Amino acid sequence: MFELVLFSLLNGLVFGMLLFMLSSGLTLIFGMMGVLNFAHAGFYMLGAYFAYTLTGYLGFWPALVAAPLLVGVLGALVERYGLRRVHRFGHVAELIFTFGAAVVIEEVVQLAWGRPAKSYEVPEFLDFPLFRLFQGSFPAYKAFMLLISVAIFVFLFAVLTRTRAGLIIQASLTHPSMVAMLGHNVPRVFMVVFGIGSALAGLAGVIAGPVLGTFPGMAQVLGSIVFVVVVIGGLGSVSGAFVASLLIGIVQTFAVALNISLNSVLAAAGIPLDAQGPLHDLWKVTIAQVAPIMPYLLLVLILIVRPTGLFGTRET
Amino acid sequence: MRRQGLRSLVLGVLAMAAIVSAAQAQGPVKIAYVDPLSGAFAATGENGLNQFRFAADQINRAGGVLGRQLEIVPFDNKISPQESLIQLKKVIGDGIQFVFQGNSSGVAHAISDAVQKHNERNPGSRVLYLNYSAVDPALTQEKCHFWHFRFDAHADMKMAALTDVIKANTKLKKIYIIGQDYSFGKAVAAAAVSMLATKRPDIQIVGNELHPIGKVKDFSPYVQKIIASGADAVITGNWGADMIGLAKAANDGGLKVPFYTYYAASDGVTAAIGAAGIDRIRLVHESPAANPTAPKVVGDYLKAYKKLYPNGDVNQPRIHTGLNMLVLAIKKAGTTDVDKVAAALEGMEWTTLNGDRVVMRRDDHQLLMPIYISVHTNKNIVFDFDNSGLGLVNENKVEIDKATLPAACKMDRPS
Repeated sequence: MFELVLFSLLNGLVFGMLLFMLSSGLTLIFGMMGVLNFAHAGFYMLGAYFAYTLTGYLGFWPALVAAPLLVGVLGALVERYGLRRVHRFGHVAELIFTFGAAVVIEEVVQLAWGRPAKSYEVPEFLDFPLFRLFQGSFPAYKAFMLLISVAIFVFLFAVLTRTRAGLIIQASLTHPSMVAMLGHNVPRVFMVVFGIGSALAGLAGVIAGPVLGTFPGMAQVLGSIVFVVVVIGGLGSVSGAFVASLLIGIVQTFAVALNISLNSVLAAAGIPLDAQGPLHDLWKVTIAQVAPIMPYLLLVLILIVRPTGLFGTRET
Repeated sequence: MRRQGLRSLVLGVLAMAAIVSAAQAQGPVKIAYVDPLSGAFAATGENGLNQFRFAADQINRAGGVLGRQLEIVPFDNKISPQESLIQLKKVIGDGIQFVFQGNSSGVAHAISDAVQKHNERNPGSRVLYLNYSAVDPALTQEKCHFWHFRFDAHADMKMAALTDVIKANTKLKKIYIIGQDYSFGKAVAAAAVSMLATKRPDIQIVGNELHPIGKVKDFSPYVQKIIASGADAVITGNWGADMIGLAKAANDGGLKVPFYTYYAASDGVTAAIGAAGIDRIRLVHESPAANPTAPKVVGDYLKAYKKLYPNGDVNQPRIHTGLNMLVLAIKKAGTTDVDKVAAALEGMEWTTLNGDRVVMRRDDHQLLMPIYISVHTNKNIVFDFDNSGLGLVNENKVEIDKATLPAACKMDRPS
């Protein structure tokens, strides 16, 4: 049991921190533009595919740096030449633009790399178990993922709260016209934030590709959950995204481990249920079976109880 | 005057029909291939189409059938049952009499029902449905009919073979079943539970888990659960991204027990599982892997295919078997008349490229065959999958009589 709890906790942390890398960029962009960026998961996908190709030419470390930079530049270009033009037509146009961009990215990736899954592997020097406990083992690569994402979190937090650039970014999120009055180039700030957000998504793709798989559906699989994180954490709140990411990562991991159903709970409480009733299938569903939809349940609850999200100040 | 006009019109139509049918007699025998050629499963559909074309080319070089050539005509069904029915209408409209389809049992049920209804209502323009891959047992059991033939072993046959192998392996005491939460995943789990209960009552099922299909991001928690259960082996029907994710997570989590799978090979899956699955992933399938050794005729066939389609693999030898058995049936019937060809196929025996004797059972139109279990590895690989250096090596063969389940089909034959 201890083993299961420990490994579940570690896996939950790794997955949660990965979610944070994706959602931190998205929440900044969300706070800035006021609309969801549907293409965000597409940048995550691009990161994984770029890294897959670059690893073949440059090796793992250079790819780890180059692929997110490439994705970041691409993101900045999308903002500069796409979103900024669309911006004047309002939020709906922006939303549709990012939606279109998401589809385009996914199709282009399939055209360029083909439809079958790619064999983007964990680099050999990280492909060993870090420690063994009973029968299970914890891979070194996951520890590496954790390390990278914690480093990103510390870096992001320091930049946003301790530097002048961070102050300007934060100010631009809430009071763009005031910041512009003070002589700062707000559109450029937006472009830089969009670029950095995309680069973070790209980085998440680079380190997650070998573990979660590099295939055409990878953006869709992770895309929806990232929105959940952003809404639960609160719009534009990086610390909210951090807490929500860890929460979802751990809740989801632990839920899989629980084989408790409504039926077994009631039976333990001494209320046996009719096994033949019209809803008998519902009572037998275990928490493990619904684990992947737990985050969405959490989303609905949060929207009802606290529409601003955990750390947000604005209504969603 | 009016009546005469009508008569000449009728005569004209008749004459035209005669010309058209004469032209058809000289033209190729068209065979429809209805499978996904766009969307998420396009890779699988495309590779299947190439294997059909390759097998047809070989038959054509040997003289075709009844002096006519074979022509494979592709129809994209986007792996949707609704789209498949639209494509089937086109197939029938084009006067094509033979339809091959394989991907997804959901699609197979739709096509099978539609073909049966069409044939009952239109005795003059019947079509034959040849299923080379959809393995829901119901298709040759409660849903069976005269115009459906299956060339793959269905899910229960594969499970029967697999449980025979497990039965002989006395080291296995605890088994974990995990699958996708839909009809096929449930069918695999149900078959595993019932067959293990009769063949090895001492085996404990330590887990029977269904997860949402295509929705799981990280399989690590499932793997931890399997480890915690103390399982000696895992059975799964997972395919595509769900299979890749499970295999990768098992490797990362240090889960060393064998995985018995249905679809963990080729079409990108072998390459994506990669080193993570070596000596761990096993596959239950209808034809032997080409490693460590294969008959020369098989080797030549694989090499010639690879030369033509460097990025594809011959991963469904049943395509070769199905097409050749159809051609033999047309030859035997001496016509492409669907009812006569179907009658010729009933009970037909055939020797596959690998030298296995297979029989199309008359009672339910299920091809009976030996079933093989092979392992995903990088050792002794002559013919790899996905150009990855990895491939399948044979481990067990379950003979045809052991792999045969009793027929459960009541079929009305056209009189």
